[in-house]
Amino acid sequence: MNSLLVFILAIINGMLIDNVILSRFYGICPFLGVSKKTNSALGMGVAVIFVIVLATIITWPIYNFILVKANIQYLDTIVYILVIASLVQFVEMFIKKYSPSLYKSLGVYLPLITTNCAVLGVAQGNTDQGLSFIDSLANALGTSFGFLVVIFIFSCIRYRLETANTPKCLKGFPIALITAALMSLAFLGLSGIIEI
Amino acid sequence: MNNNPQKTNKKEIFFKGLLKENPLFITLLGTCPALATTTSVESALGMGILFMFVLIGSNIVISLLRKIIPSQVKIPCYIVIIATFVTIVKMLSEAFLPELYQTLGVFISLIVVNCIVLGRAEAFASKNNVINSFFDGLGNGIGYTMAIVIIAFFRELLGTGAITFGVVLEFLPYIEINLFKDYAISLFTMPAGAFIVLGIVLAFIACYKNRQEEVKVFTEKKAKLDAMRQAVKEG
Repeated sequence: MNSLLVFILAIINGMLIDNVILSRFYGICPFLGVSKKTNSALGMGVAVIFVIVLATIITWPIYNFILVKANIQYLDTIVYILVIASLVQFVEMFIKKYSPSLYKSLGVYLPLITTNCAVLGVAQGNTDQGLSFIDSLANALGTSFGFLVVIFIFSCIRYRLETANTPKCLKGFPIALITAALMSLAFLGLSGIIEI
Repeated sequence: MNNNPQKTNKKEIFFKGLLKENPLFITLLGTCPALATTTSVESALGMGILFMFVLIGSNIVISLLRKIIPSQVKIPCYIVIIATFVTIVKMLSEAFLPELYQTLGVFISLIVVNCIVLGRAEAFASKNNVINSFFDGLGNGIGYTMAIVIIAFFRELLGTGAITFGVVLEFLPYIEINLFKDYAISLFTMPAGAFIVLGIVLAFIACYKNRQEEVKVFTEKKAKLDAMRQAVKEG
């Protein structure tokens, strides 16, 4: 029971306190690029959850059972990026074949995920810190759900910003970044809710 | 774009990457390290140097292999080449600049997924010769370094009230320029400060561009008006 509690706390920590976008700065490109519409933000978020969790499940055994055994840990970045790129391709083909409706809603975002630093960042961070498989999984789940939450909130705010009367030079990305700063401050307020 | 890229001169390619198409400020690529590694000028400078090395290296190799790589598998090939250079940089920095390696952490590995490197490979190095690709890499690399150092300068100055050298990059002499340490706004060293500084810098650039455009429109209008006046006078 205790380990389950730790697992859930680790997910909440990754999701709200040490948020992937607002405090660790992974995945800013899709955060700014795909957050103009709420629907596409949700699609991107779900696709990211899918890929991050799968990538963690695959890269952790590869590192610990192949790279460490063969004593070639320095190849980790190359291996991870290849795994992620082929995983994204594979997931795309799989969804296209078996669930065309899901493909229609997620398909556009899948190729973009290869260059999302959150995926590589989580895989690399897990092995750099020497986390166990369960901890890695909790980190992956927390990070990816955090990404979904923040990109969803941000897309709702940006929808309102479109019609807001902002000064001419702040229109577009500058005001979006300042909004992100305010969100980051708001999330900072959550930092006391659990102790690890 | 120039229709004859082989003949464009190197200076033009260099300055295009440096200012006109600055990877961070104009095209807004590579924002993740620009926000994460800019808590101090030194770490930003270190990041910029490592990034420049990867960009120039991958540009040269991809441009050398541009006729050999089949177009169906070009993106995976580019990624492997880039990842190789990132691994080289990672091992070199771990050996010779351990402080920098500690500070940047996972963001050295994340150069692989920096859109600028892949973007330059795809848009420039795969179509141009080695020397031009080198200058393109150099221009973009220096442009990116300059951009993140500007952000880091404001963040460190406002966040700590001082600019420090010689802590992260060990080969530099230790210098601390203390300006207003007692009145520092620590918000700027926090993540929120990174977003604010980048937002305000982008706003200034947009403001400058708007002003330039207004001036351009104004001079065009004036020229038209003058021509009309001239016509009225003569006619």
